[in-house]
Amino acid sequence: MKVPHDFAVDEADLIDVVVPNDLRSVKAPETCILDALTRCGYEKDAIFAVKLAYEEAVTNAIKHGNCNDRSRHVHIRYHVDPRRVVIMVRDEGCGFAPEKVPDPTTDENLERPCGRGIMLMSAYMTKLRYSPTGNEVWMLKENAAAGHRSARKGSQ
Amino acid sequence: MEQPSSHVKIKRTGDVSIVQFADRKILEELSIHEIGEELRALAEAEPKVKLLLDFGNVDHLASAALGMLITLHKKVQERNGALKLSNINRQIYQVFKITRLNRVFEIHDTAEKALESFGQA
Repeated sequence: MKVPHDFAVDEADLIDVVVPNDLRSVKAPETCILDALTRCGYEKDAIFAVKLAYEEAVTNAIKHGNCNDRSRHVHIRYHVDPRRVVIMVRDEGCGFAPEKVPDPTTDENLERPCGRGIMLMSAYMTKLRYSPTGNEVWMLKENAAAGHRSARKGSQ
Repeated sequence: MEQPSSHVKIKRTGDVSIVQFADRKILEELSIHEIGEELRALAEAEPKVKLLLDFGNVDHLASAALGMLITLHKKVQERNGALKLSNINRQIYQVFKITRLNRVFEIHDTAEKALESFGQA
């Protein structure tokens, strides 16, 4: 799946990484992304949001998509600029239907021990987009601080 | 009495076991299972256990950690005990709010207030 058009990032601007299917291997790309966010002036809340969403996405890819199979890999693509961060996570599994994941905030699901990852990703990212097969997710977080800075400059 | 471990520090105040997390990022996926096992053992160690989880050192939380806390909560309830949380920072508390788990767990601003609610300061 190509980068969604409304994410306003060119394919050529995305950095591609393929890592082994384990939780330690996905740390290096995460560090690159979070360091880039800091350099670009994202505020702490935005960095927290991206870190949380990234970790949920890669955990889902490793555990559920790739079924903890060490022979599989996690594919990551990302772009960070002062206005937005775009992250793609893809597993090598057969996919799933994210729309069929039960809402974890309903009374009957509230005390289930799992099933909150996608909801948190959606809550913390500006946009979340799954591929038709469900084994690839694109996440966009817009830098609200950049928008405020532009507005202040415009009003001066 | 403190029981050091690689993930949590446990101390006793009266009949309340206060659990502090040793590392700011220990609630990431890698550590969650081990912490869950440790806390489960603590919950099973005595009937009507009183547990206070102090999140003062925690600045990141994965959804799997929420699941671990829910499982622990159920275990404590089964044993007619009490589980309370304290010192959750604004960002982490937002996670509890978004997931509506702030309605499942009793959350206090400080450990002192939580201890008072157990009936001891």
